[in-house]
Amino acid sequence: MGRPVAIIGSGQTYHGRRFDVTYPELVKEAVDALFEKTGISPDDIEGVVSGTMPSMMEGVALTHFYFAEVLRSVGKPIMKTETCGSTGISLAFTGYYWVASGMADLVLVVGSEKMNEGDSQATMTTVVEPFYQRYFIAGAPGVFSMQCQEWSTRFGIPEEKVREAATRITIDHHNDAFDNPYAHIKKRLTPEEVNNARIITYPIRLWDVCPNSDGACAMIFASEEMVKKYGLKPAWVKGVGYSGEEYWFGDSEKAIWQCAIDAAKQAYNMAGITNPRKELDVAEVYNPFTYQEMLYYECFGFCDFGEACDLVLKGVFSREGELPCDPSGGTLCTNPIGATGLNRVAEAALQVTGQAGDHQIPGAKLSLAHAMGGVDQYNGVMILGSKK
Amino acid sequence: MEKKQDYLILEDEVAIPYENAYGPTWTRFFEGLKDETIYGTRCAKCDRVLVPARSFCSRCFVETDDWVEVSQEGAIISWVLTEYEYFGMPTKPPFIGALIKLDGTDTNFLHLVGGIDLSDPDYVRKTVKNGMKVKAVWQEEKKGHIMDIKYFEPI
Ligand SMILES: [Zn+2]
Repeated sequence: MGRPVAIIGSGQTYHGRRFDVTYPELVKEAVDALFEKTGISPDDIEGVVSGTMPSMMEGVALTHFYFAEVLRSVGKPIMKTETCGSTGISLAFTGYYWVASGMADLVLVVGSEKMNEGDSQATMTTVVEPFYQRYFIAGAPGVFSMQCQEWSTRFGIPEEKVREAATRITIDHHNDAFDNPYAHIKKRLTPEEVNNARIITYPIRLWDVCPNSDGACAMIFASEEMVKKYGLKPAWVKGVGYSGEEYWFGDSEKAIWQCAIDAAKQAYNMAGITNPRKELDVAEVYNPFTYQEMLYYECFGFCDFGEACDLVLKGVFSREGELPCDPSGGTLCTNPIGATGLNRVAEAALQVTGQAGDHQIPGAKLSLAHAMGGVDQYNGVMILGSKK
Repeated sequence: MEKKQDYLILEDEVAIPYENAYGPTWTRFFEGLKDETIYGTRCAKCDRVLVPARSFCSRCFVETDDWVEVSQEGAIISWVLTEYEYFGMPTKPPFIGALIKLDGTDTNFLHLVGGIDLSDPDYVRKTVKNGMKVKAVWQEEKKGHIMDIKYFEPI
């Protein structure tokens, strides 16, 4: 199981089209914010983990070397973790493993992306091999449209109900984003605006899709000794689960999505959670698309399969609901891909340490962070708690 | 926060050529397409027919050398109409990408659904349904390439 590990601080940048800085300068903004907030000296960091989307996105390979100075990594071990959309949660896992193993007491973890400098969908196309699948996978919207359809057909959910629930989700999250100072897209949407927005890939419309954001997120993973030394509020890592599937898109079902189910199960088992909807106080579910967020509710056991739309419409997962999901606005409002999963972890940590500000869920003690990567191939879940 | 000034922007493009080896299994599969044949391989352990043909079963980790010519007909599992074009996208929109369960196989085959008017999304949406039966339509000229199958059209 390893030693107890806690997150003792995070730093996020403002998101948007950040052509006001270079890419390393953007990373620096998150790292500097973290050190300023925690008062920890960069000299005390023993190792650094950095991650982005696949290098085709950046146009520069080995970005962790490109960022060596701003990561304050000179003279220290540095690793890169890269799993496409799930990069951020994989980064958190890497930091966690490093400290849990006893090989380090204080590890800096940084995820970043400048979505506006590259071409995310062209990059996504290179995640599929060139013999067979590349001809048919049309970036993320194509993949998620197929998954959404598979899901709604599998459970016989009427098209109108799926639309109504997706509309509720996007309106809620874009409202929530106003309370998150780091969120990218903040907008008061009306149902008419959402339902009549242009189709990206049917049934997905414009407001069902996350934006292209530039941003970075930095975080410190610490051993129990370091938690005591610095006296910072810890978010303890209670459980981790990470599960993947076969590479070929057509080989496994994406509605009852095994790798999502297994990732959550592993994390729950480790954290001792048996009834996630009741026990969790808040969840930061990776939601690049409205429909996928509902599929996750089901795979994570927040509700039964085929039930998510009904519960969304009842407000079970909204800010005042039984299990608030993505009170930060989530990936739907802010998506710097290499940082997005780490933002989920940062937000989940802010919640259980009572530091989430205007989007704090009162009294939150147990939270879930999640991200997904590859062509619907990997899911990672991390459970954080206020108590060890 | 984002500043109002305009700073310089460097435009850059990276293009690298690749040569990708097919190996024996995929050479046989893709050569099969030239003869209007879709090959799968059957796993002796779990009895699944995998398509495109594989050299081993990803679940049993046994070699799959039982070659079977699979049906060119199947049912749509899910589909998506793509109308936008990304840089580097090899298939020109509009097109319908679809997971198709070929009869007698155990994996979903990824390909195009065509032979219908794609200019009107509402028409496409009313016409193409999950569970719909489709069959392979071949290109006149074959290259031993996945696009030797032009698309799958509704039966
Ligand atoms: Zn097998």
